[in-house]
Amino acid sequence: MSRARKLLLIGGFALAALGMLYGLYYALFVEHQTLDQMGGSLAQAFVQAAERRQVEASSSVDNYAATKYAYVRQVDIHSHWIGLAMLLIVLGVAFDFVVFGERARVWIAMALVAGSFLFPLGVILQTVSRNTAFASALAIFGSATVTIALAAVVWGFWRTSSEGRGVGGASPRVSAYRFGERE
Amino acid sequence: MSTLAAQTRPAETFAPMSARRLLIFGGIALIAGGMLFGDIFAVFVLHQNGGQTGQALLAACEAASTGNSIAVKEIFQRIGGLLEDRGTKVDAHVHMADAGYLALLLALAQPYVVLPPSRKKLLAGLFVTGGLLLPVGIFLIHYVGLAYSPFAVIGWASVLADTAGALLIVVLIAECYGIVKFVLQGGKVSELALPADRTWERRALMSGGAALILAGFLYGAWYAGIDLYRHEAREAQILKSMLNAASAGGGGTVVEVANYGALAAGRAVKIAAHSHIIEFGLLAMLLSFVQPYVYLSEHWRRRWVAVLLIGSVILPVFVLLELNLGLVAGGIADVGGLLVVIALIGMLVGILRYSGQIDTTGVAA
Repeated sequence: MSRARKLLLIGGFALAALGMLYGLYYALFVEHQTLDQMGGSLAQAFVQAAERRQVEASSSVDNYAATKYAYVRQVDIHSHWIGLAMLLIVLGVAFDFVVFGERARVWIAMALVAGSFLFPLGVILQTVSRNTAFASALAIFGSATVTIALAAVVWGFWRTSSEGRGVGGASPRVSAYRFGERE
Repeated sequence: MSTLAAQTRPAETFAPMSARRLLIFGGIALIAGGMLFGDIFAVFVLHQNGGQTGQALLAACEAASTGNSIAVKEIFQRIGGLLEDRGTKVDAHVHMADAGYLALLLALAQPYVVLPPSRKKLLAGLFVTGGLLLPVGIFLIHYVGLAYSPFAVIGWASVLADTAGALLIVVLIAECYGIVKFVLQGGKVSELALPADRTWERRALMSGGAALILAGFLYGAWYAGIDLYRHEAREAQILKSMLNAASAGGGGTVVEVANYGALAAGRAVKIAAHSHIIEFGLLAMLLSFVQPYVYLSEHWRRRWVAVLLIGSVILPVFVLLELNLGLVAGGIADVGGLLVVIALIGMLVGILRYSGQIDTTGVAA
């Protein structure tokens, strides 16, 4: 198995475990409290409006918005880490179809793994402090890295189809193989 | 692995009643079932539920306007029920399809799971069972509620869903244990890898799938950069205006509720477009691996690949266009989803034919 594939598979499984553990922690200790707080703030805002307490109602809406800001990002981290992990694992299985030199393939794999980890990490840091540029920069850097690396993968798959090269870029035996045929 | 794969024939990797066969059949069936359910939900439930939620929010504004805080609380309980109705159906759709993706992923991973074949088959059976029971349990949560439940807050449907989820986790842990054994034993595969041919169908699904995922990433980045913060600020602003109008009692809440509904719809379709195009891309890539088992003429294999990719583009694009074109775009998006389901069923029929062929003759024709 090539280094690039190992990197993608190990990175994918590690990221999936991280995403699931985070999800488990979040579901057990954070989510219900957050949802209660969010729904409670909104209902409270309407009750306060009914009681003509405008200032408190406005403050409750702000609480609702702040809680939702964190909730959306916390759930997104869980789904993005696991989603990106699945992508890494699938690419780990399929990476021999990406026609580049081994060195370039390792760099692409590293970019995919690093970006997949950093992008959601930047998003979660945004919930720690809303006004930090570092967190946003990390999220942007991570997502840009994954996107550029994936564009390279698409190009690599495309090169396979347009140049007629085999699995791993050099396996004519495989390209001669067809469904149901005997070698 | 390439060398091993190069010498692999599809029939040798698709033994009767094997874990891989079960996972591929079960995986495709779960994905098709989850998508069909999603399509039915989109047509018959989603918009109606949104309308009812909007009406309830308007009623809450009117109750606040008349100073009736007890009615406000009752209406918010009703809104909670509507959101549960919608949420459990979305979750059933998502979990069924995702369990299918995981089943296909596990089918790919079987050569690297070092466990006895009977254990692998048992795990595969448990995974498909859990993947079916989990969404069924989630779907029933809203209808069963706490009826006959011995617990204070957990109903029987939640128990079913949680048990099925735990079953999936146990199976995944066991599969990981098998992969750890594979690593510790120096990387000796326990069975033949999937055939590594490079037919037109496989290349189209592989590059098409990766391109769909890339499009989804780019759109997601666009949404996060342009719309996300604006939507969040706008939501708080609309809610405050709504409450001010309700407190003043001079009307205007209808407009604000309509604005809130439009904002929620706009956000929902953008997120749906982003997630669906990525999921379809992943599905296309996963299906590229099972193409050697689709026992159909080349013409039909290519036709199903094309239908799947076309449907995968139509659904997210027209979901997005719902904001501008309304229900017409929604209908076209549903047709796109249906195309993907039809292509999946077509491929599943091909795989069933293939298994029948090798089971009766011992080799593929």
